[in-house]
Amino acid sequence: MRHAVSLRIGPIGFRIGSDWRAPIDQLRSLYRDYPQPYDEVADYTVRLFARRRWRRWIRPSVEIGGDYMLPEAAPLPLRQGLLAAEMAMNLQMALGARRYLLLHASAVERDGRAVLMTGISGAGKSTLATLLAARGWRFMGDEFALLDPQTGLVHAFPRLISLKNEAIAAAQAAWPTARMGPLLASTPKGDIRHMVPDARAIAAMDVPATPALLLFPRYGFAAAVRSVPPAEAFVRMTQASTNYVALGEPGFAALTGLIAGIPSIAIDYPDSDSAVAQVEALCAAR
Amino acid sequence: MDDAAPVTFRADPADARRAAPLDAFTAVYHRRSGITHLLTEPAPQILAILSEHSLSLDALLTRLSQDYDLADPMRDALAARLDELVVAGLVTAS
Amino acid sequence: MTDPVTRTPASARFLARALADPSIVTRLDPAGWSAVLTMARAEQLIGTLATRLDGLPMPGAVAAILADARAAAEQGRRAALWEAEMARRALAPLGCPVVVLKGTAFVAAGLMAGQGRSIGDLDILVPRGALDAAETALLAAGWEWVKPDPYDDAYYRRWMHELPPLIHRERDRMIDVHHSILPLTARITPDPVALIADSVPLGNGLSVLSPNGMIVHAAAHLFADGDLAGGLRNLWDVRCLIAEFGTQGLADDADRHGLRIEVERAVRLVECLFGERPATGIDRLFVRRMTARDGWGRPTRPATRLAFYIRSHWLRMPPAMLARHLWAKWRKARARV
Repeated sequence: MRHAVSLRIGPIGFRIGSDWRAPIDQLRSLYRDYPQPYDEVADYTVRLFARRRWRRWIRPSVEIGGDYMLPEAAPLPLRQGLLAAEMAMNLQMALGARRYLLLHASAVERDGRAVLMTGISGAGKSTLATLLAARGWRFMGDEFALLDPQTGLVHAFPRLISLKNEAIAAAQAAWPTARMGPLLASTPKGDIRHMVPDARAIAAMDVPATPALLLFPRYGFAAAVRSVPPAEAFVRMTQASTNYVALGEPGFAALTGLIAGIPSIAIDYPDSDSAVAQVEALCAAR
Repeated sequence: MDDAAPVTFRADPADARRAAPLDAFTAVYHRRSGITHLLTEPAPQILAILSEHSLSLDALLTRLSQDYDLADPMRDALAARLDELVVAGLVTAS
Repeated sequence: MTDPVTRTPASARFLARALADPSIVTRLDPAGWSAVLTMARAEQLIGTLATRLDGLPMPGAVAAILADARAAAEQGRRAALWEAEMARRALAPLGCPVVVLKGTAFVAAGLMAGQGRSIGDLDILVPRGALDAAETALLAAGWEWVKPDPYDDAYYRRWMHELPPLIHRERDRMIDVHHSILPLTARITPDPVALIADSVPLGNGLSVLSPNGMIVHAAAHLFADGDLAGGLRNLWDVRCLIAEFGTQGLADDADRHGLRIEVERAVRLVECLFGERPATGIDRLFVRRMTARDGWGRPTRPATRLAFYIRSHWLRMPPAMLARHLWAKWRKARARV
C-alpha cells in the first residue's frame, strides 16, 4: 500500500497501510515514541482503503480492512481517518487475540498492583484511568487490559486514549501538557479527541502487574459502593471479553481465577473527583 | 398404559468438565464443546450422579433425595432441569 | 557469503510453494514474513501454514504468531466436532445416513487435510427422502431459520441442493443440510445416492464420503459451484487427500458423477500449484485466479476475478432462470432503498 506505518502497543505489533497519506502521518506523529513490532513482524495488518478508485479523491471515504474484517462495517470520512485506524486496530484485537484474555477494561498500576475498571462505553473507565494517572498511578490502558492465562498477570495496552465529549476537557485539565490528536467533531459517538499517554506509561508498557481490584464504575449516580457477587462479576466479564470463548479452557481458568482471587466492587459516582476519592479509599483499605 | 422402557439419562465422567464454584452458582467448562455453563443447584448434583450411573427420571429423583439434602426436588422441576441439561449437551437421553 | 534474502512475495504463488516445500521460508526477511502471514490469513490457510512450518527456524515473533494459529485451529476443530455431535444427537432417531462434509469431515476422520484447517459451518449430506424429517428434528433441537424471506425460501427449496440455512439458537452456529452436492439447476448432476452408498461410517453414527468422494466433492464445489474464492485452500485439501489415499478409481468415480473434467483439472492444478508441473492453456487462468492475493491481503487481478464470478453464475443456472433470479433480486433491492 502506498502509505504505511508499523508500531507496537504493549505486546501487540501492528502494520497499518493506507490509500491516503494523512492518517499515516497522524499515526506516525502521535505514536512517535512507541517501539516497533518485535522482530519487525507485526501481529496484525490493518488497511484503510478506498472501495472504488475514485473514492480516493471525491468525497473520500475510508473503508476498514485487515486480517480480520466485518463485511457490513460502514466507512468513515477521511477527516476521521485516525478514528478509522483505531477502530481497525480494535477489530483485529477483538477478533484475533489469542495469547492474552482480552478484558474490556481500563487499568492503572501502583506498586506492581493493578486496578481494572470495566463497563460499557460512557461508564467512565477511560476518564477515570486518565485522572488516576494524573495523580501518580501508572497508566496501563483505557480500553483493553490483557490477562496472561499462563501467569495471571495483566499486561498494558497503552494505545492513544480515546476521549469523548466532556471527557476531553476533563482529561486536558488533568494533563495540560499532553500531546493531543485533532478534534474529530460529530462522529457517530460524538466529539472524539485522542490523547497520547504520558512518557512513563510508554516507557513501562512491557511491565506487567498483579491484578488487585476489579471495579465496575457507573457515572452519573449518587456515590455508592457495593460488592459484586462472584457469579455476576464472572458473567459480566465474559460479556466484556471478546475472546473468552476462543481461548477455551485457559480462558476459563484465567477468568475464574481472577474473579476468585480479587474483590469485585461496583462504584456509582456523580463526578470524577468523587470517583477518584472512592478508588483511593478502596485501595488504602487493602 | 405405556410399556416402553423409560428414558434414561447419562452424563460424561467428571473429568469431562472443569468446575469453579462462584457463590450460589458454579461455572462449568465442558471440555468437549468448549462451552462454559453457569449452573445452580441441583444441576451440579445431577451431573455428579449421572456421571456414575445411567438413570431414569424417577431413579434420579430418588438418588437426589437420598444423597443430597436438597430443598423439595419435585418431579416436574427435575424433568425441566434435565431437559435444559440435554439441550446444553451436558446430558444425553436414550 | 550468506544466502540471499528471498524477495518479498507479490502473490500467493509463494504461499502455495511454501506449503508444499516449507524449507523455502527460511530466507525470508521481516517484510517477506509479514507478506506471507498476511496472505495466509486472507486465504484461510494460516493454521495449515503453521502446521507445515512447525519446528523450522524463524524469528520469535513469527513463531508466536504461528503458535497462536495452531491453537486457534485446535479450538476450531473442537467446536466443529461438537456441532457434528449435536447434529448427530438430533438426527439419530431418523435412522438415516448422516454424511459429514468438508472441513468437519477431515477432522472427524483424522485426515491430513484436517490438520490446521480452518472450519466454517457444519455441512452434512442426507438422503433427499429424509430431508423433511431432518428439518423437523433440527428445528425441535434448537436450530432456527437464518433468513425468513419468502422468495429466497421458495427458490431455495425448489432448486438448491440444500435446506435454507439454519442456525442454532443457543450456540449461534450454522448448519447446512444438503441432499446433493450441486444445485439442481447446475449443468452437472452428480449422484448423491452413489456418494452416500460409498460413504465410510465413523462408528459413532456419522459418516464421511469415501476418499474419492471427497475429491469429487471438492472439485465439484470448486469448479462447478463457485467463483473460486478460497480456491487455494480447497486445492490444498485435494492435495492432502491425494497424498494420503492416491487416485485409484478416481477417474471412474468422477465419470459416475459427470465431473471427470473438473476432477482432472483439480488434479492438474494441485500439481501446478504444489508440485513441479507447468500450467498450460486455461489452467494458467485458474492458477492466476487462485493466487490473486498480495502481501497486504488484498485481492488482485480484478479482470480475472470478474470473469470467474460471471462464470460461476452461468454454471449454477440456465440463462433464462438466471435472468429471472437477478431480476427478482434487483426489484427487491430497489424496493428497500
